[in-house]
Amino acid sequence: MSTNSHAAHAEDHHHEGGHAHGTFSSYMLGFVLSVVLTAIPFWLVMSGALPSKQVTALVIMAFAVVQIVVHMIYFLHMNATSENGWTMMALIFTIVMVVIALSGSLWVMSHLNTNMMPMHQMSGMK
Amino acid sequence: MSPDLLKLIFGRLGFESLPLHEPIVVGTFVVVALGGAALLGGLTYFRLWGYLWREWFTTVDHKRIGIMYMILGIVMLLRGFADALMMRGQQMLAFGGSEGYLNAHHYDQVFTAHGVIMIFFVAMPLVTGLMNYVVPLQIGARDVSFPFLNNFSFWMTVGGAVLVMASLFIGEFARTGWLAYPPLSNIGYSPDVGVDYYIWALQVAGVGTTLSGINLICTIVKLRCPGMTMMKMPVFTWTSLCTNVLIVASFPVLTVVLALLSLDRYVGTNFFTNDFGGSPMMYVNLIWIWGHPEVYILVLPAFGIFSEVTSTFSGKRLFGYTSMVYATVVITILSYLVWLHHFFTMGSGASVNSFFGITTMIISIPTGAKMFNWLFTMYRGRIRYELPMMWTIAFMLTFVIGGMTGVLLAVPPADFVLHNSLFLIAHFHNVIIGGVVFGAFAGISYWFPKAFGFRLDPFWGKLSFWFWVTGFYLAFMPLYVLGLMGVTRRLRVFDDPSLQIWFIIAAIGAGLVLLGIMCMLMQFAVSFLRREQLKDVTGDPWDARTLEWATSSPPPDYNFAFTPVVHDNDAWWDMKRRGYQRPLTGFKPIHMPSSTGTGIILAGLATAMGFGLIWYMWWLAALSFIAMLAVGIGHTFNYHRDFDIPAEDVIRTEDARTKLLAGAK
Repeated sequence: MSTNSHAAHAEDHHHEGGHAHGTFSSYMLGFVLSVVLTAIPFWLVMSGALPSKQVTALVIMAFAVVQIVVHMIYFLHMNATSENGWTMMALIFTIVMVVIALSGSLWVMSHLNTNMMPMHQMSGMK
Repeated sequence: MSPDLLKLIFGRLGFESLPLHEPIVVGTFVVVALGGAALLGGLTYFRLWGYLWREWFTTVDHKRIGIMYMILGIVMLLRGFADALMMRGQQMLAFGGSEGYLNAHHYDQVFTAHGVIMIFFVAMPLVTGLMNYVVPLQIGARDVSFPFLNNFSFWMTVGGAVLVMASLFIGEFARTGWLAYPPLSNIGYSPDVGVDYYIWALQVAGVGTTLSGINLICTIVKLRCPGMTMMKMPVFTWTSLCTNVLIVASFPVLTVVLALLSLDRYVGTNFFTNDFGGSPMMYVNLIWIWGHPEVYILVLPAFGIFSEVTSTFSGKRLFGYTSMVYATVVITILSYLVWLHHFFTMGSGASVNSFFGITTMIISIPTGAKMFNWLFTMYRGRIRYELPMMWTIAFMLTFVIGGMTGVLLAVPPADFVLHNSLFLIAHFHNVIIGGVVFGAFAGISYWFPKAFGFRLDPFWGKLSFWFWVTGFYLAFMPLYVLGLMGVTRRLRVFDDPSLQIWFIIAAIGAGLVLLGIMCMLMQFAVSFLRREQLKDVTGDPWDARTLEWATSSPPPDYNFAFTPVVHDNDAWWDMKRRGYQRPLTGFKPIHMPSSTGTGIILAGLATAMGFGLIWYMWWLAALSFIAMLAVGIGHTFNYHRDFDIPAEDVIRTEDARTKLLAGAK
């Protein structure tokens, strides 16, 4: 709650809205980019243009990462200075957390798979 | 009616779902029903419904929501503690061929419910309640950033609690342990409603927790008063910020894990099954990625409370403020790097286990730094042994023991011996009771005068303190011994008669804790009756240091007539030292958010949806979901969101305070 009176509050609000808006062309650019970045993975899967499934999966993941960046820049209006750098800091923190969770899980689970009996063998032994 | 129609309407629910064959549950139901009827009757007789609805249920005032969180936490503490007493009684009796008095079906529900309730519906509401009440006052704000969201979050938490409580009398609760590991929690091994109650209670409450996390982060980042830079924030606000960052980062993981588990149960996917490529170990991995940060979510605010209390009651500035802040931030990050220590024995191998063992031990460094900061704050201070300080000292002694057994458990080879033993149970009760619960009690006795305008009665408080502390040691030290002797957790009957004495001691300890809880309730009652003698007119009964003590007790709806300006850490102490004069004129109208019933209605619908999903009453689930959307969209058309407190009202409130203050001198 702002300490100011009604009118001042409304002004505040307007100001907050002000720097969050993009322009028509930036929205269009973001839209076109995300459509293209979605269409290419579809095409890769449908046509089977790449030699192996694994390569296709990796390429699609790479496109997904680019897609995320496009969304953040064009739709969430994030940059290094918005909100006094808080959004950038939050982004870095989020990336650190996601990297820890994903890479950690992959590491842990691959070791578990190597060391422990694979599940399908275990159910075969019952 | 045809069976098909009945099934369509009631799903799995039928008369056979009511636990009429369990005399203990039926007895509990009779008592609860009578008590509930008396309460509802009393509320109706004294015509309190309108008051409660207008002033409390629909309020968006962070202070009242905070108080309601505390009430929820204390009520659920009684339920969770009743479960604890039942377990201690069972384990004390079930020796020498005796089966005890709880059958396996019931006992398994009791230990699951105890864990779930104590973490999600006792510790979380107590911590969230204190943060909700104190943080906006400490940073000189009028309310949180999103007051309506705050009300909604609270009622979602209540919705989850209602579902857990309903499982006691309608159907049953999970029999899986508090984290519901698959494959046991999968539909093949737990086909009944227990796990579904678990899932939906946590999902409904989880929405509330996540949203309140976002709300408090935003409040702390955006609403600090002029001059309060990040490094001038009170330590409790800092720890609250880190806790809420942890909430926002980790609760989505829990939500997703439970969603995947419910897909396994409802539509037959195979994420965590034994067959078709499913991996139950993945569930354990994911749920601990949430679960370990969760324990820091609970304990960080408690660290903040102890920091405020130590510095206030030692009459000194907190030793090593900067190191305290950095220790908190380091713990925040490190808490994400240790989750595997909960399942060393699952078989990740030496390299993985060593990594997580070492990261776990590293966490004890910032925690130890905090401990020394508190000790150095007390060193050569003028310590006043009031109740909050007593809880703090009890915490310091107890938590160090719990922390050291934790470091012991962090050694993977030792963990292979102690995993899932009562040693582990003793360890985490040692840190959660010694840290979180003592912290919440310190916080309650410290901020109670702020919230209600009178201090808590010290006699009953001290009685409660001594019962709690001795009861805790008697109840849990024997479990360390039993754990070292190899007794595992969650056992219902025992063969070896030489173990019985330890369980008897533990049960006596639990009995003392019961006395402690009763003394605490007595303390609230006695303090209320003696409220005139215990009155706090100054707003600063402890000669404290942070901004919440600058306003009256209880604070006016708008918290501060003028937004304070901060020049130093310990802002209020600084203001007192500079001879701060409270402004007596120039009051303006104050812009405030309006109450709304949308939060409680939405949460009620979410709870109904959960109930429908639990019992396969698909029509109820669909209907409540659609109603939720309708109410949510409807609320966006509510334009009566704010109002101005007229200047005359502000002047009247502030003049009344001026008179009180003059009378105090």
